Amino acid sequence: MVARITFESVHAGQQLPRLDVPITASLIVAGAIATSDFSLVHHDKAHAQAAGTPDIFMNILTSNGLVQRFVHDWAGPGARIKGLKMRLGAPNFPGDAMQLSGTVTAKEVIGQDRIVEVAVSGKNRLGEHVTATVRLALP
Amino acid sequence: MSGTEKNNWLEKVRAMVGREALPPQTAADPVNLPMIRRWCEAMGESDPKYLDGTAAPPAMLFVWTMGHFRAGPGREGGTLLGLDLVEAAGFTSVVATNVEEEYLRELRCGDVLTQRITLDAISEEKKTGLGVGHFVTYRYEFSDQKGEVVGRTLFRVLKFRPPAKTNETAARVDTDTAGVTQPLHPRPAITRDGAFFWEGLNQRKLLVRKCGSCGRLHHPPGPMCPDCNSLEWTTQQCSGRGRIHSFVVVHQPQIPGFQYPLPVALVDLEEGVRIVANLRDIAPGKVRINMPVEVEFVEVGKDFVIPAFRERQAG
Repeated sequence: MVARITFESVHAGQQLPRLDVPITASLIVAGAIATSDFSLVHHDKAHAQAAGTPDIFMNILTSNGLVQRFVHDWAGPGARIKGLKMRLGAPNFPGDAMQLSGTVTAKEVIGQDRIVEVAVSGKNRLGEHVTATVRLALP
Repeated sequence: MSGTEKNNWLEKVRAMVGREALPPQTAADPVNLPMIRRWCEAMGESDPKYLDGTAAPPAMLFVWTMGHFRAGPGREGGTLLGLDLVEAAGFTSVVATNVEEEYLRELRCGDVLTQRITLDAISEEKKTGLGVGHFVTYRYEFSDQKGEVVGRTLFRVLKFRPPAKTNETAARVDTDTAGVTQPLHPRPAITRDGAFFWEGLNQRKLLVRKCGSCGRLHHPPGPMCPDCNSLEWTTQQCSGRGRIHSFVVVHQPQIPGFQYPLPVALVDLEEGVRIVANLRDIAPGKVRINMPVEVEFVEVGKDFVIPAFRERQAG
């Protein structure tokens, strides 16, 4: 986390620094355990294959965590994430990499909160893994 | 499954919309620093206010009341309202598709969350890339030890029927010399009308439907002769030779399992029917209308052969 981002310093159309996340089996399993998601398809390859996928794949709560970390890295410690809407597409399988990119889409003042909206896209080799809109309050 | 039976279960689930999907459940552990730190490590999150326990990352809202690896006293899971009926109807596989969250206040260590879940919606039957299924939506409301609501989540899953006969082949991942896994070739939906075509390809035969009444050939296969309306049919093996009637070169969208740019041709077979197939070993810029071609059988997966065409010397 570097320069301090403030509501005034942000403008619609602004791009966030991109983030490349290598997708490994370790990350998928660590994310599943950290989010208490013990579904077999997120840690047991044989089970995932029997269920019709080529390998284990990332759970939605880890994708959510990575998207919010990506936006929070940019916004800095003074920011507070207020909410998000996300949709999943192509799965994150081991051996792939996800490129996260983001664009500021809106600014508005609601009561005491100075809210910025960021559109996030996470792409892997198969296509778009996640699209999200994150709302955060900036100092 | 008949249409009536199908409607019965779907109507039953629809009638449950708005009802509590599980009894309220209180987290087994309060919001705590070890779980926060483990989560931050997995996600690569480095904000000191999370790592020192001043606040919990908002994205952990859903985590505190998650089920446990092993059920036990105070750790009962249970099936969400409606899911048993969806599964009994054959939609046994699940994948999460949407999350919408609203964080009303930052959570602190010691907060004890209770979740209340409502069945929000079930969709019509949808065809998806994973298979046929229904989207089922639940609304979660999280409150703290004082009963104050601290956050809400809308969670949507796709419950789908895994495509038949794909387990073995989907599990097989091709590996090239660099050790990089190659995506699998997408599979066609095989119906009774067209099963002979795919079975023929497995035996390296190009078969087309022949009307059992008027004898005309048709492709792609259908249940009824479009010329004489007969339901009787047989098949005829084609020579595999023909000429390019028209073609396109696909650049976008790029679907995993194919090489791009991909020339795709509409081929006039000698027998007088047209078939769509990929072209092989021809530079996209060299493809010409009326070019003589012949069929090649390409095994793109175990027991999965598709027809393709390559240039042939006319004669």
